[in-house]
Amino acid sequence: MADLTSNFIGIKSPNPFWLASAPPTDKEYNVRRAYEAGWGGVVWKTLGEAGPPVVNVNGPRYGAVWGADRRLLGLNNIELITDRPLEVNLREIKSVKRDYPDRALIVSLMVPCEEQAWKNILAEIEDTGADGIELNFGCPHGMAERGMGSAVGQVPEYIEMVTRWCKQYSRMPCIVKLTPNITDVRMPAQAALAGGADAVSLINTINSITSVNLDIFAPEPTIDGKGAHGGYCGPAVKPIALNMVAEIARDPITANLPISGIGGITTWRDAAEFMVMGAGNVQVCTAAMTYGFKVVEEMISGLSQWMDEKQISDVADIVGRAVPNTSDWQHLNLNYIAKAKIDEDLCIKCGRCYAVCEDTSHQAILMSDDRVFSVNDDECVACNLCVNVCPVEGCISLEQMAAGTTDPRTGTVVSDVKADWTTHPNNPSVTAAE
Amino acid sequence: MPNTVATDGIVSGRLNNATLKDNFSDLHPKLDDHEALVAADRCYFCYDAPCMEACPTSIDIPLFIRQISTGTADASANTIFSQNILGGMCARVCPTETLCEEVCVRETAEGKPVEIGRLQRYATDGLMAKGQQPFVRAASTGKSVAVVGAGPAGLSCAHRLAVLGHDVVIYDARPKGGGLNEFGIAAYKSVDGFAQQELDWLLSIGGITMQYGKILGADITLEQLQVDHDAVFLGMGLGGVNGLDIEGSDKDNVLDAVSFIADLRQASDLIKLPIGKHVVVIGGGMTAIDAGVQAKLLGALDVSIVYRRGKENMSASVFEQELATSKGVRIIYNAQPVRVTGNGAAAGIEFAYTQTVDGKLALTGESFTLQADQIFKAIGQTIEGVPGALKIENRKISVTGTGRTSLDGVWAGGDCALGGDDLTVTAVAEGRDAAIDIHTSLIDGTSSKKEL
Ligand SMILES: Cc1cc2nc3c(=O)[nH]c(=O)nc-3n(C[C@H](O)[C@H](O)[C@H](O)COP(=O)(O)OP(=O)(O)OC[C@H]3O[C@@H](n4cnc5c(N)ncnc54)[C@H](O)[C@@H]3O)c2cc1C
Ligand SMILES: Cc1cc2nc3c(=O)[nH]c(=O)nc-3n(C[C@H](O)[C@H](O)[C@H](O)COP(=O)(O)O)c2cc1C
Ligand code: SF4
Repeated sequence: MADLTSNFIGIKSPNPFWLASAPPTDKEYNVRRAYEAGWGGVVWKTLGEAGPPVVNVNGPRYGAVWGADRRLLGLNNIELITDRPLEVNLREIKSVKRDYPDRALIVSLMVPCEEQAWKNILAEIEDTGADGIELNFGCPHGMAERGMGSAVGQVPEYIEMVTRWCKQYSRMPCIVKLTPNITDVRMPAQAALAGGADAVSLINTINSITSVNLDIFAPEPTIDGKGAHGGYCGPAVKPIALNMVAEIARDPITANLPISGIGGITTWRDAAEFMVMGAGNVQVCTAAMTYGFKVVEEMISGLSQWMDEKQISDVADIVGRAVPNTSDWQHLNLNYIAKAKIDEDLCIKCGRCYAVCEDTSHQAILMSDDRVFSVNDDECVACNLCVNVCPVEGCISLEQMAAGTTDPRTGTVVSDVKADWTTHPNNPSVTAAE
Repeated sequence: MPNTVATDGIVSGRLNNATLKDNFSDLHPKLDDHEALVAADRCYFCYDAPCMEACPTSIDIPLFIRQISTGTADASANTIFSQNILGGMCARVCPTETLCEEVCVRETAEGKPVEIGRLQRYATDGLMAKGQQPFVRAASTGKSVAVVGAGPAGLSCAHRLAVLGHDVVIYDARPKGGGLNEFGIAAYKSVDGFAQQELDWLLSIGGITMQYGKILGADITLEQLQVDHDAVFLGMGLGGVNGLDIEGSDKDNVLDAVSFIADLRQASDLIKLPIGKHVVVIGGGMTAIDAGVQAKLLGALDVSIVYRRGKENMSASVFEQELATSKGVRIIYNAQPVRVTGNGAAAGIEFAYTQTVDGKLALTGESFTLQADQIFKAIGQTIEGVPGALKIENRKISVTGTGRTSLDGVWAGGDCALGGDDLTVTAVAEGRDAAIDIHTSLIDGTSSKKEL
């Protein structure tokens, strides 16, 4: 049996699955039940300064995008940080941590960009016995209008400055949570590292409007006739988050900076993908908000089964396994040639592959009078579109052509020597160098 | 000339081998990977799921289906087996339409439940095909438990005890294990020798010794078992059958449906099994349906199941009733047998129509006669061979809580014990729960070997 015990920047938890800072972690009641359900750790819902807490809207704060069968694919929210008094949260954090010493408990923070404000709150957090802090530089709505959240996360200098304060005034491990609402995620990650961060976590939510009400001409969710952009999360954001994690993991400057992966993680597989892409652990919000705390059981059993199958016994050994294989386009092997192949036995003859290839690609799928679909190797460029639109998994696959065979599309013999764009004769810079 | 459906009397070979093979093939074949993904995708992962509540063994259905969705069918099988070690057989024989699938929220939403039973089979078949036993035995406790009966109740009890580190000896009257899984369940629900495969797989946990051909009351006694073992579990099922007390019921070819089914299940070659041209089955339960359907599938020309009350009272589910009628079996409701006619052997049977008046069954005064070369009685089974020292209640072994009988150190479960609903899955649940209670009693020393 695989050992899922996780050690992320010195913070131990029985598994690498943490709940991200959000409503699921907003109070003691939730967090205790989350631990009982099996979550390895939680990042407490973001705390603000002492004094009157923020207020939330009293109308709908979520909007959603659904797939077939009303499966929730994307969630948008306009919720702020915790709207409960600081001292209540602190008391609860202390009590929960005392009762669950084996679980990770991180406290997320967001206070104004003033040294004293950070200094004050850090002392109070340290007092709770929490395992570490996470700096919320990511929230893209509401708090950003007040110069916090993503307003800080979009300015690398601020990230570095605040991170430095936190490391200066506290002994706790410090995770900097990044916003995806930037052009190049490597800059804020480098700034966090420069400020002394122990790790970064990403992504927070993406600026979004999920839908518009066509009767009242207002974005949804609508509050008294008006709507505001919110933060997008859930399965739909996973590809964006994965790429950002990969960017940081591949950047020589931040290559050794631990990453807590967040964004659309719903199953063990999503979690494993983030981890092999460089995340030391993962955080989950929308999946829990869609299916309840119990989803973690599938994540635990699935990751264990996969690790057993791969004969990997320690979760630490999967971290970053895909990073060396994540490359730039220019280094992909142009001599790798494949052709689509349709398994006639599995084919249900819907014709979707034909429609997309004929109308929008390379006219490489043939359809007989009796609806038998086959691939014309003379035209197939192996783009994968037919595979992606086929409703039957495994029915269409791309098969590599063996070296020495001739590609009927180009008439060239397949070579087993790797050759990429950097050496390709059509590349102007190659010619220029000659 | 070879026999056909039209051949008079009770003969074999009414149908050719190909037709028989087709007739007795898997009722609900295993889902392929694609079908399983599509079916699993429909599960909503309900909170405190109604299906889980409806399953007598409380399998975590939403979890096991989610595990199928995410490509971890082995983890899914573990989820099932941890609650129900006969999850493979249950996936085949449970009347899901009156259990988990009846309460599926998608039954409410669209009248089409998630196919829980077939998904369960998908997951369990996969792991069993790999020959993997999902459990490891705990360190030996040195305790020994006797289990009487190798049916679902006994096997489930024995397996759980073995997992917990106890040594188990199963005594069964028959030369083969499995109980009604092997001798009772309709052939098309458990094809290709599945009952024996499952038995072998279950026993691979180790620590369970089989003693076949040992009849409690003849070859062994309860007193001796109590001396030899630290605890005893009785899972003997219902060995006897109710008699039919009408004129002519002693004529030839008036037979017990369960024996007919057992013969059919054990037949090496269905083409050699004789069946009547005109077959009448009396009863309203699963046994009646199974006897009727299998008689028809063997090539009987006409088969009637006659039940003395209305359709709504029939203990066989609507699905089972429709299965019978779809195979061409006629179900006659509200009629009770009066006399068997015929010269030495049965030739016909007369029925009187009934109606329910003030909750009581009364005759309408009308009657009819059916032609019959073979009459199968499926009017209920009874307990047989219960040691005299045990308290009996409602013709079953009296039990409280998790199968505790009136005797210290003796537990009972499955069909032979009071309560339950005579289903495979209930027997599994009772065997498992008794095992857990036995384990507690062995550990705290409240159950141990008796002095002679
Ligand atoms: C024809 C038929 C069809 C059925 N179909 C279904 C179905 O589709 N789905 C469903 O859920 N349920 C079905 N059932 C009910 C189900 O088979 C039983 O509820 C279940 O098998 C009960 O399990 P058990 O372990 O209590 O008893 P059994 O399965 O009856 O096993 C009892 C075992 O004890 C042994 N035994 C009996 N007496 C003694 C003795 N004195 N000494 C030693 N050993 C003894 C027997 O040989 C047998 O192996 C059906 C029943 C019948 C008869
Ligand atoms: C309703 C809601 C409230 C959130 N509040 C916070 C917050 O207070 N602090 C924070 O750092 N992130 C917050 N997030 C962002 C999540 O922690 C997480 O980064 C994001 O939802 C992406 O993960 P997911 O796709 O698993 O949901 C919130 C998300 C949602 C949906
Ligand atoms: S989930 Fe529904 S019931 Fe619960 S607070 Fe939100 S709107 Fe109200």
